[in-house]
Amino acid sequence: MMTKTVAVIGGGPAGMEASKELAFNGFQVVLLESGARLGGHMNQWDRLFPNKRPAGEILESLYRNFPGSITVMTETNITSIGRNADRFILRTAGRDVIEADALLVCTGFRVFDAILKEEYGYGIYDNVITSVDLEQWFKEKRPVLTSHGRVPATVGFIHCVGSRDEKSGNLHCSKVCCVTAVKQAVELKEKLPEARIFCFYMDLRMFGLGYEELYKESQEKYRIQFIRGRLSEAFENMDGSLMAKVEDTLTAKPLRINLDLLVLMVGFLPSDGTAAIGSLLGLTFNPNGFLQPRDGHLQPHDTEQQGVFLAGSCKGPKNLEETLADARSAVLRIRQYLTN
Amino acid sequence: MPRWGYKIHEDRQVIWEEGDFSLVERIRLAEPSLCLCISCGTCASGCTAAQFTDFSLRRVIIQLQRGRIEEVRQEIDRCMLCGKCILTCPRGVNTRHLVLCIRKELSGDVLY
Repeated sequence: MMTKTVAVIGGGPAGMEASKELAFNGFQVVLLESGARLGGHMNQWDRLFPNKRPAGEILESLYRNFPGSITVMTETNITSIGRNADRFILRTAGRDVIEADALLVCTGFRVFDAILKEEYGYGIYDNVITSVDLEQWFKEKRPVLTSHGRVPATVGFIHCVGSRDEKSGNLHCSKVCCVTAVKQAVELKEKLPEARIFCFYMDLRMFGLGYEELYKESQEKYRIQFIRGRLSEAFENMDGSLMAKVEDTLTAKPLRINLDLLVLMVGFLPSDGTAAIGSLLGLTFNPNGFLQPRDGHLQPHDTEQQGVFLAGSCKGPKNLEETLADARSAVLRIRQYLTN
Repeated sequence: MPRWGYKIHEDRQVIWEEGDFSLVERIRLAEPSLCLCISCGTCASGCTAAQFTDFSLRRVIIQLQRGRIEEVRQEIDRCMLCGKCILTCPRGVNTRHLVLCIRKELSGDVLY
């Protein structure tokens, strides 16, 4: 029997994990990545919730024993996908032609563009940053300072930026931002023990094991203050600090608070690749723009197109554990498909 | 004073920086579990005093954390110290001791 080929589209954690497992299972694998390197968003991340494990450890593990038989093509954009009987024919912008017996879509997510939430002042006020910016600062070991070079005395984390917000066109909960905010607040408090740190939230969704524990520790040990209320608007003061307006819903009063640094917890959106590949293949999108598997419970990797499978956060917000498990599970499904 | 046919309402907006956080800082040292409150209201729902008076320990704790000492003072004496709330608090806040600490502090005893 001829070795079957699987084209994996997207080289983030899901695509890398699936490629490795497919190769271990004896398939020929072509891994296509639009960016310059593999690893996806993990490259930008410093430490992971809930145990503050370095993200580099995960990347290292993904690269470890990476089979040489996998053809990795970075900076590769797919322009068309055709079919010839049971085989797929992928053409790239660089005029490469790749043939495959099955496709695994691992095109992942992008983060919400905080500029769209204009009332929060990202891109307008210098001391408004996103959770991704802050993580980058941590990763680069850059001291956390305001744009004026001062150590911030007060920092506010704003939950649900671009998530659970019909005005942003996104109904869904991005799931991981709550615990990320708590993790980042704790890390910030470790760096700035004198700072007063606030989280402004609608609901706190500590869904994973160890998350509630981290939240509790953040209150007890790090004294992060949680204020239930959603930011309506932020203004810049004369000194460059920010004035935030929320309702303190637990006292049922409008609240005004000055903050030296504002961190926006940006949510999950389908990546451009997810939208593009989904359209090229004629896949079904769910109302939030993520790819819809055939049956979320029973056929989580199957699509309406035979031979096209899904894994990872192209289907919706996922933490890393879920993403990696989903990738491995997709490999089992593809193996079943290709050996029958 | 002339009557103009309208009145001026007091500003309801709370300015965080105007809160008096000295009490909560001292109480926290005496009863650190205060920080664990998540405002679920279990304490208030089973409260014997709340059945007959406008008393809510959830509200007392939140006002304390917001530095609104006057609001705490107005409410804290309604607690009958039965301790039912300790049995129900899901976060393990030592509520009865917390109430005692607040009362002591407000009556002028210095705990810390």
